[in-house]
Amino acid sequence: MKTGNRASVRGDDFRNSPPVDYVGIVERAERFTARSIKSITKRAGLNMVLNMIDLTTLEGADTPNKVRQLCYKAEHLHDSIPGLPTTAAVCVFPPFVKTARDALGDKSPVKIASVATYFPSGHTTLKSKLEETKRAVSDGADEVDMVISRGRFLSGDYNYVFDEIAAVKEACGDARLKVILETGELATLDNVRRASDIAIHAGGDFIKTSTGKIASAATIPVTLVMLLAIRDHYAKTGKMVGMKPAGGISKSKLALHYLVMVKETLGEKWLTNQWFRFGASSLANDVLMQVAKLESGHYQAAQYFSKD
Amino acid sequence: MAKKKSSSDWEYASAPETTAVNIAKRYDHFINGKWTTPSNKKYFATTSPSTGRKLSEVAEGSKKDVDTAVKAARVAYNGAWGKMSGRERGKYIYRIARLIQERAREFAIIETMDGGKPIRESRDIDIPLAANHFFYNAGWADKLEYAFPNMPVKSLGVAGQVIPWNFPFLMAAWKIAPALATGNTVVLKPAETTPLTALKLAEVIADAGLPDGVVNIVTGAGETGAAIVNHPDVDKVAFTGSTGVGKLIQKSVAGTDKKITLELGGKAANIILEDAPIDQAVEGVVNGIYFNQGHVCCAGSRLFVQENIYDEVMWKLKQRMDTLVIGDPLDKNTDVGAINSKEQLRTIKRYIKQGLKGGADMYQPECDLPIKGNWFPPTVFTNVAQSSIIAKEEIFGPVLAVQTFRTVSEVIEKANNTPYGLSAGVWCDKGSRLFQVTGALDAGVVWGNTFNKFDPTSPFGGFKESGYGREGGLHGLGAYLDLPL
Repeated sequence: MKTGNRASVRGDDFRNSPPVDYVGIVERAERFTARSIKSITKRAGLNMVLNMIDLTTLEGADTPNKVRQLCYKAEHLHDSIPGLPTTAAVCVFPPFVKTARDALGDKSPVKIASVATYFPSGHTTLKSKLEETKRAVSDGADEVDMVISRGRFLSGDYNYVFDEIAAVKEACGDARLKVILETGELATLDNVRRASDIAIHAGGDFIKTSTGKIASAATIPVTLVMLLAIRDHYAKTGKMVGMKPAGGISKSKLALHYLVMVKETLGEKWLTNQWFRFGASSLANDVLMQVAKLESGHYQAAQYFSKD
Repeated sequence: MAKKKSSSDWEYASAPETTAVNIAKRYDHFINGKWTTPSNKKYFATTSPSTGRKLSEVAEGSKKDVDTAVKAARVAYNGAWGKMSGRERGKYIYRIARLIQERAREFAIIETMDGGKPIRESRDIDIPLAANHFFYNAGWADKLEYAFPNMPVKSLGVAGQVIPWNFPFLMAAWKIAPALATGNTVVLKPAETTPLTALKLAEVIADAGLPDGVVNIVTGAGETGAAIVNHPDVDKVAFTGSTGVGKLIQKSVAGTDKKITLELGGKAANIILEDAPIDQAVEGVVNGIYFNQGHVCCAGSRLFVQENIYDEVMWKLKQRMDTLVIGDPLDKNTDVGAINSKEQLRTIKRYIKQGLKGGADMYQPECDLPIKGNWFPPTVFTNVAQSSIIAKEEIFGPVLAVQTFRTVSEVIEKANNTPYGLSAGVWCDKGSRLFQVTGALDAGVVWGNTFNKFDPTSPFGGFKESGYGREGGLHGLGAYLDLPL
């Protein structure tokens, strides 16, 4: 499926990706935020959000101990509230994959995602990118978050971008590949759609908005364009592709708006962490505050929730 | 991705608007600044179309009541209001606009209770847009000489206005605001199924301190409307409603020197060309026909899809229809509310029968409709002929008729092949073609890559049997002035 599918679309002209109307997308995006999420729906939604988080630390100052703490938090979000799910994954830099694997063991429901391909800029040779990917996987990563070469994409060299993604996918082996488009650098929604199509056709298991390292990260309109690319691909091939908005989603209410968008665009099938993730570091605590509020009837101060 | 609901689905919890609103048990006419009992002492009930519950009762306007109202308007015109400077008039109109904003939530709720439209629409569109019409026209009140340079700007006198039930509050604003800005006085009749928000507007007008008799609101049915239109001391008739009634009004003012504007029915073409952004076009189709349950004179009720994208468009359209929430219009999650009246529901059902009988294929999303009240699900007909009744006549409900076309010239011909000419829409990614097609459509309003967008600064009105005269913008002001044109 992998190679066959790839070979057949390798010659596709990605300039022919369908056009996107910015005004229409923004208008549709606003409708998702007008849905009212209350009571049972809210509680179920918040649980889903927690279970879809890739709990992330991607700092130059990361330490093994910080990563170990992150792993603990991923499995024990807030033990004073029973019945909470774990997060979907932890997301770390490649040198910390081993540390995370040691901390989580082999049986944890929490996956280990590693950024690779010289995140966040991607400025290196293909050879180095593949080496880094392979090392992350052999160190124990379940998932690899790669960045595309935005410069090549913007210059119109779509085949290069396609081949690079396909090569990284191959280097991933059994690990699932998330392709970061860094939409904040792509300038137009037409480009977001085109990059989504390339990433999907080249074998990405997930498409992801952003590195979180530049000011413009995930937004509802950008995510909607990517979800529509996923939907069109599913309609044509029956193959599901996952979506991960990342960066800028730190509030529960916004996260719930994203779930509304997924539900109304792709359907209930995508409402699991197998197919939808949030890349976020501070979202979990905001959700936990909301859950605690629903349980106890009042808001608790931020100091009651661990900062990792 | 077909919609099959299961118990594990993440469903929206109901979120009804629960703010208490004040609706009196009974409303009189608002004449000469006072609540006035009807001369025949008769009242009729107004009910909520979503529950069938009686909300209030309103006065039945007789010929005598209308005469009293027109006399009051004439006295006000000859008196304080007619002599007032534009600057002073503007202050009153601004005040009305601000009072509407202050009570926006209350009006939105009542609009939804009385008319059946979703609270999302009355809250986000009807009421704010109504306030904007007052703001916009208030700004012109002292600048009419600049709006129509080198012309004497003279008001007309007493304006008789009859408005429909699909946008009760917005239509009242749409009619009253330019009349006041240009110095006329008003006798307005709201539709008999949706009188409450116009009466709420009367409260605002009283609170704004307008001189007595400047705005008079008389409630009643068709006969009351006819009394206004036929009153010899009315100088200007403004009507929005069905083409049938519009023709009657046209006949009745023939031979008089009454000025008249008519905003009547429509059967708008919404055209999707092959290079269109399809998902956004589908969204526009949904907003074009299911907005306000299709009770919209400019609704995009005829969809033309280029044949090579037909399958994709229909698949996406049906999928989008499946996500529409139909039910309690006071619920913030509701997309499609109740049909305005039993009579209208019967009309819609009659057309559905004719459509099916004519061999068209029908699709409706699976949805549980409430038991009480007037309900009809969003509906789309495919396999429709240009000559079939559902493609020709205005249904005024959530019913879309789809046809395909091969060439641009073919679709232009089909789109224009209708007695109506109110609005149209074109979806296309290529600028030159967009202008080519929009320029060739005989319609008063043509939208490019959007649909059902309204703004007080933009004139609105029709060609052919969709009426004549424009409302909104400078054109709308001009319709209330005696300009030497």
